[in-house]
Amino acid sequence: MLDNTKVPGLAIDRVGKVFQQAGKPDFRALDDVSLTIRPNEFFTLLGPSGCGKTTLLRMIAGFEHPSEGEIRLDGDPITGLPPNRRPVNTVFQNYALFPHLSVAANIGFGLEMLKKPRAEIEATVAQMLRLVRMEEMADRKTSQISGGQQQRVALARALAPRPRVLLLDEPLSALDLKLRKEMQIELKRMQAETGITFVFVTHDQEEALTMSDRIAVMSAGRVLQVGAPRDIYDRPANHFVANFIGDSNFLTGTVVEMSAGLVSIRLVNGAVLEASVPSSVTFGATATVVVRPEHAVLAAPGEGVIAGEVETVIYFGTDTHFHIRTGEGATFIVRQQNRRGDAAVAQRGEAVSIHLPPGVATVLAGEA
Amino acid sequence: MSVAGPEAEARQRRWLTLPAVAVITLFGVLPLVIVVVYSLLRSAPYGGVEWTFSTDAYVSFLYQKDIFDDTLQFHADYLLIYGRSLAFSVVTTFVCLILGFPTAYFIATRPVATRQIWLLLVTIPFWSNLLIRTLAIMLLIRDDGLVNNGLMWLGVIDTPFVMIFTDFAIVLGLFYSFLPFMVLPLFSSLEKLDFRLVEAGFDLYANRFQVLTRIILPIARPGIVAGCLLVFIPCIGAYVTPLILGGGKHLMIGSLIAEQFGSARNWPMGAAQALILMAGVLVALWFYGRNARRGVAHAR
Repeated sequence: MLDNTKVPGLAIDRVGKVFQQAGKPDFRALDDVSLTIRPNEFFTLLGPSGCGKTTLLRMIAGFEHPSEGEIRLDGDPITGLPPNRRPVNTVFQNYALFPHLSVAANIGFGLEMLKKPRAEIEATVAQMLRLVRMEEMADRKTSQISGGQQQRVALARALAPRPRVLLLDEPLSALDLKLRKEMQIELKRMQAETGITFVFVTHDQEEALTMSDRIAVMSAGRVLQVGAPRDIYDRPANHFVANFIGDSNFLTGTVVEMSAGLVSIRLVNGAVLEASVPSSVTFGATATVVVRPEHAVLAAPGEGVIAGEVETVIYFGTDTHFHIRTGEGATFIVRQQNRRGDAAVAQRGEAVSIHLPPGVATVLAGEA
Repeated sequence: MSVAGPEAEARQRRWLTLPAVAVITLFGVLPLVIVVVYSLLRSAPYGGVEWTFSTDAYVSFLYQKDIFDDTLQFHADYLLIYGRSLAFSVVTTFVCLILGFPTAYFIATRPVATRQIWLLLVTIPFWSNLLIRTLAIMLLIRDDGLVNNGLMWLGVIDTPFVMIFTDFAIVLGLFYSFLPFMVLPLFSSLEKLDFRLVEAGFDLYANRFQVLTRIILPIARPGIVAGCLLVFIPCIGAYVTPLILGGGKHLMIGSLIAEQFGSARNWPMGAAQALILMAGVLVALWFYGRNARRGVAHAR
């Protein structure tokens, strides 16, 4: 085992969790999860509901205890500590503001429990009210403020004791779209201003991409891929990640040529495609490649590698989505940016082909 | 139904309250008026009243008329009885709260399906008559009752532990009779408590005691106030329990009033005592109203 005595950050070390339910088979919520979250990082746990991301967050907070493995904060094990003895605070999904206390008293609660001097509590509460732009609302009851404001108070309350790690459990899910976009920017700003490590849980891939320094994509209790948003988007590790984050087109073929970092794949229709490859593949093996819709280009029939017919055209304002039915009977999505005054590049029912510029295709690992 | 406008409909609906209004007027307001009138009359020597106005009944609550020169002398006998009743009620309410709260908390934290069973168990004592239950307690705590015999058989004590006809017996009886009135309102306010608030408390460095006193108790306050009143008010006028379990050794308000209408044959006095008790209860209710409003404002 490595010497972990002074590794800064939050270490999740081979953590597993099994829930025992009366009358039902045991449920494994987490399976051998290892992550290292660096100090001052905006780290996102992304996955569909039931993937174990909230269970992991609750373990870091101390509300659940791992069945196996260890959690360390700056090298010190915190696995056995109760929530009130961890320098970690949570922004709850439903905010969980204390209804019997004012906005200011909510924000000051943690500091009061830590027995800080009154003057220091007041100063910090004032500072937090400024940070979340709620100075006017200090004496209001939490029932007298809007959802977005409650969200800010929940954030201020969790930040006030200056935790080493701030946990955010889908905090934006109850807000409407416009407010959510605003809060995404606000959260980034606050993370930068406070320098606290944020661990953010969401099922919204767009939210994860825009806010995070790094993302861990989870499914069925396992971590599938960890990386910066761009890495995960451009080089998804497997089918699930490619499908969950952004839209994807999948093509199957046979490996016919290999060089450093690049392989040639012969598609079912006979066309040969060059694709980047994150891990090793075997010559002659079947491989799945992924192509993002915005990386593919519509071309005249015969110019591209895949022939097809436009099935649907969907206008999105900034771009247009073309659903192409390929010769093999699959649907391939091409997304093209709209420019002012342009007519649609292709009409429904038109015969087209799909051109794939070099480097847009990536071979999925584990499925090569 | 006719196609009446909303106002006419409201007027029609008002008739629906008629039976209740009639019953309350006939059996609530009218007797109360009679009690007020009787308390302001002179007592007849063999029960009943003489129809002459007099405030004697109220005056004699605090003063005794000297038999020789008719001067008034302060006496505290009745105040003492009221004080004793008050003390018993306060102690009973407190014991009910201390023991009822964990019970209510336990029930409120059960899965929804089993909560109903626990609530049913709490109401079981109501299925039989109070007098019978009180006599049953008497059988248990007598000198040769089940408890004493059991303890002597086990060799814990040699001589019976005297419980019957003591203050302890009265509080035990009152506590037993009124505990459900504490548990039910406590349960209904704890049931509404969002347990994520408890988690939030722990997350913000509160220990168990602080979570209880700083989060759970303030939020459950309306239930606590309601439970305390529902125990305190019937307790202070309780008649059967103190009489049977206390052995009539110490006079309490309930017995005092009953005595005025019975052996003492002083109806105006009994009426005045009843009204003084009622005034006390109304003051308690007023306090409740104030606190409950504050509690609701908190909970919102």
